[in-house]
Amino acid sequence: MEPGPIGKGPGTGARSVRFGLRISLMEINLYTRLQTKIILLTLLVTFTPLLLLGVIIYRQFANMYTEKIREQISYRAEFQAEALDLFLKERTAILGTIADTHGFQTMLGEENLARKLAVINLRAGAFVDLGVIDHTGEQLAYVGPYELKGRNYYDQAWFGEVMSKGVYISDVYLGFRKVPHFIIAVRRHEGQRSWILRATIDPDIFSRIVQAAHTGRTGDAYLVNEQGVWQTKPRFGGNTLENAPLDISLFGKHTMTFEQEAAGGRKLLLAGAWLKSKNWLLVVSRDVENEMAELFATRNMQIAIIAAGVIAIILTTVFTTRLMIRQLVQSETRMKEMDAQLIQSDKLASLGKMAAGVAHEINNPLAVILQKTGWLQDLLDEEEFQKSANGEEFRASVKKIEEHVERARKVVHNMLGYARRMEPRLEDIDVNQTINQTVDILENYARSNNIDIQTDLAGNLPITAGDQAQLQQVILNLVNNAIDAIGKDGTVSVKSSRDSSQIKVVIADTGPGIPDSMQKKIFDPFFTTKSTGKGTGLGLWISYNIIEKMGGKLSLQSKEGQGAAFTITLPIVPPMQK
Amino acid sequence: MQQPTILVVDDEGDFLETLMNRLKKRKIEALGCASGEEALRLVKENLFDVVVLDIKMPGGMDGIQTLREIKKVRPETEVILLTGHASLETSMEGMQAGAYDYLLKPIRLEDLLEKLAQALERKGSPEHRAQSQEIRKLLKKT
Repeated sequence: MEPGPIGKGPGTGARSVRFGLRISLMEINLYTRLQTKIILLTLLVTFTPLLLLGVIIYRQFANMYTEKIREQISYRAEFQAEALDLFLKERTAILGTIADTHGFQTMLGEENLARKLAVINLRAGAFVDLGVIDHTGEQLAYVGPYELKGRNYYDQAWFGEVMSKGVYISDVYLGFRKVPHFIIAVRRHEGQRSWILRATIDPDIFSRIVQAAHTGRTGDAYLVNEQGVWQTKPRFGGNTLENAPLDISLFGKHTMTFEQEAAGGRKLLLAGAWLKSKNWLLVVSRDVENEMAELFATRNMQIAIIAAGVIAIILTTVFTTRLMIRQLVQSETRMKEMDAQLIQSDKLASLGKMAAGVAHEINNPLAVILQKTGWLQDLLDEEEFQKSANGEEFRASVKKIEEHVERARKVVHNMLGYARRMEPRLEDIDVNQTINQTVDILENYARSNNIDIQTDLAGNLPITAGDQAQLQQVILNLVNNAIDAIGKDGTVSVKSSRDSSQIKVVIADTGPGIPDSMQKKIFDPFFTTKSTGKGTGLGLWISYNIIEKMGGKLSLQSKEGQGAAFTITLPIVPPMQK
Repeated sequence: MQQPTILVVDDEGDFLETLMNRLKKRKIEALGCASGEEALRLVKENLFDVVVLDIKMPGGMDGIQTLREIKKVRPETEVILLTGHASLETSMEGMQAGAYDYLLKPIRLEDLLEKLAQALERKGSPEHRAQSQEIRKLLKKT
């Protein structure tokens, strides 16, 4: 047995009503479009700010990071250029002081010169050798690791420079020793002659000071001269006296930074600061991409998080939208079912009104017929007819007419009992009579399916107060469901009984029974196992509520394969009248 | 013993005529009429013990209106309503308006006689009780 609609029975026409409760193809398209729109709109609204935020945050971080590197290398270049200037000035000053405070002849003494070299290395350091050169360019005294005494520098470019300017710091060059180095030379006038005190600066020490400007794993620092030739060895890819891959003209008077593409497509950030004491450019560089590796890792993580978020949002959006649409479709279906139920109720109400009108019109002639047959009987009882040969035949015929009038009256009354209004009212109920009326209505339908309806009604049932029409609807619904559950060939039994303060009606069938899993939901609204349109799932729910309003209970006892029994328990309410 | 005075009101001529004949045959004198207006006139002119009144009488006053008017003029007169099943609610209304009881059409004469007996008994006077007893005797014979 399963829940079915109220008021469904044979002969009413309601059985044949089939409602188009399924969602139509057009509505499916509508819902699909709605679902797509909601998903797209939600994703657009969600992703746009998410992606914008991601891009903006990344760009901000990248700019800040680049700016930080720029500032760092710019500061380093400036600071270290000043340190180098100080270094050169200090050493130039030392040489100038020695030259100015010692005579040419004194300086020619190599022992003395060696002592001077030791002292200045002790005080300042970084001097490789010292040499004294006369106005002809000949090195008359020399202390240092090379054999340079007696060398003539007259043809060397620096010789002319120092003789004319007084102080000179050379570019790095190979010279006689064939090793990259640079020199500081000072000139002194003594009498009519000039002489030069020349010192070589330790290129390693100088390079270390230059290199101190670099920072980070990919940082570099080196010096280039005005021609773009490396004066110190860079950390990566190059050597002293080679041409540096730089456009020196880009660097102005003040410290500047540039972005430059290096070999291998790497991007370098460069900062350049000119030394004041020598036309050398200190370049500090950093590999942007390597330096920003952490930022790129963060960016990749950010992309991964956003991608995961995007996938989660898509899945959630699709899932929730589908869920929402499904709920909408279910709600729509329910609305349609309720509409169908209302239409069904309206039809029944109209049918009831029509039946009431028809019944009245039939009852009046029936009343006349019944009186006329009564009158005929009265006349037949008179003496003259007592002796008539056909008297018995007349009497039997009149009796038959009375029986058929009674039958017609019963049909009309049953029809009205079924079609009467739904509003609850308090009246006197004869439960057995209600059962009989209902069984009469469904008897033909049951018989056509080879189903026997057996009644076992207690004789001692009291009249109770309640709504007879509604009780009849409940019994009608339960018996009708029982017939539907059996299908063909079986028995529906309706049994009434009384215990102390209750009337009990049990409607049992020999159908397939109801599985345990369905029994809990059987009285829920819209729960049905019937195909769409056949059962609205409201029948048992309404029945349950009707009985509950009458102060009773409707319960189910069933085992799968062993039929089902619905029990109506009604309190005995004292009758209202008579 | 005096006969009870009974008025039967029904617009269905055949029904009224046959019922009157059957009552007369049982020695129960009854007056018949076919409209509420006529019934009211008769009630004003005569004192009836019981009025048997059809509810649905198209055209003029219906049964309930007639009942109300009768009760205004003769509150002691008992009224038995006749109704088709369709006007069950109206019958209830009639009961509230003071009708003694109602009968569903088509009626069997025995049922009507039983109601008449009950109505007369309810009136309480020894004479009415005796009339009630007489009707019950008639019922036993049938």
